[in-house]
Amino acid sequence: MRRKHQRTALLAMAVIGIGTAAALTLAALQDNLLFFYGPGEIEAQHLVAGQRFRLGGLVVDGSIRRLDDGLTITFDVTDTVETVSVVYVGPVPDLFAEGQGVIANGMLDRDGVFQADELLAKHDENYMPPEVAERLERAGHPTQ
Amino acid sequence: MHRFANPNRFLRLSRQVLPWVAGLAAVLMAAGLYLALVASPPDARQGDTVRIMYVHVPAAWLSLFGYASMAVASAVGYIWKHPLADLACKATAPIGATFTAVCLATGSLWGEPMWGTWWEWDARMTSVLILFFLYLGYLALVSAFDDPTRGLKAGAILALVGAVNLPVIKFSVEWWNTLHQPPSVSRLGTPAIDPSMLWPLLVMAAAFTAFFITLVLLNTRSEIIQRKIQVLRAAQAYGAAE
Repeated sequence: MRRKHQRTALLAMAVIGIGTAAALTLAALQDNLLFFYGPGEIEAQHLVAGQRFRLGGLVVDGSIRRLDDGLTITFDVTDTVETVSVVYVGPVPDLFAEGQGVIANGMLDRDGVFQADELLAKHDENYMPPEVAERLERAGHPTQ
Repeated sequence: MHRFANPNRFLRLSRQVLPWVAGLAAVLMAAGLYLALVASPPDARQGDTVRIMYVHVPAAWLSLFGYASMAVASAVGYIWKHPLADLACKATAPIGATFTAVCLATGSLWGEPMWGTWWEWDARMTSVLILFFLYLGYLALVSAFDDPTRGLKAGAILALVGAVNLPVIKFSVEWWNTLHQPPSVSRLGTPAIDPSMLWPLLVMAAAFTAFFITLVLLNTRSEIIQRKIQVLRAAQAYGAAE
């Protein structure tokens, strides 16, 4: 009976110890675990022109423009406070749309425009059939 | 609990339970697949690609459930020294690993058309890949010892230490910004998933759970029987030497 309690205490201590170690490690790596930075974080993270990073945010409504070459597109990414313009050449994923989440991989140029060479669309946690989406839209709740 | 820790009683009980769980799994799987692939609507934005979710999400839940049960079994085996707990832990590992592989593969198949990438090193995907490697590492470690009991003991330690990864997987999409979307079903307040899609998902999750339990029971039985054969062989060899 005593040995069983000893083992339980030992196990509890080990679990607490490993948990703390893992939490401290992850807290120390916080910045490296972020998959992307929002437009508002660029300055705080000291991201300068020519430095590669992923820019994430929402595509501003009405900002997507396709240039005449048919390949280049430009759009604005916002975190609802700050906005960055993005230029991208290449195919876009199915879910890429205005008002939706997007992650662009690339770097800022000297004019502060983000030159992207990779574009990922982000999906939100909402799942609904088309009819429900239409109904919400008509009721004035933009879902798309 | 000690009553159920007896391997012979487990063999008897599991033989009676198995046909029922297996039958339940078959019925639920048939109903779930019909609901998910035929009866449920396409998604407003994803179209029919959303149907991958009905396999991906239950597989992901069970990959976590499988590892959590291995950690619990290891703790029970360590504290109470029940031989059945370590065997059940070993029997769960290959099944959990397979469900994790299904989760990773279906996620990749969904990500290519939707996100525009097969794989990205974001916190959710990386932590699930680590879970997969923990399963494989456990299996390698357990079979690396000549004495199976020592192998199970070493594996139990790995199973317990690796459990620290489980909350990281669960909360990765909330602690850090990731490519992977935040939870839909367990979200507080209004569910983010329409009932016409939530129900097929829940039926599929129940089907996967019943299937998982069927496989674990079968595999635990075979682990026990294998162990009995080993002991008998050893006794025979000992008797022959005398």
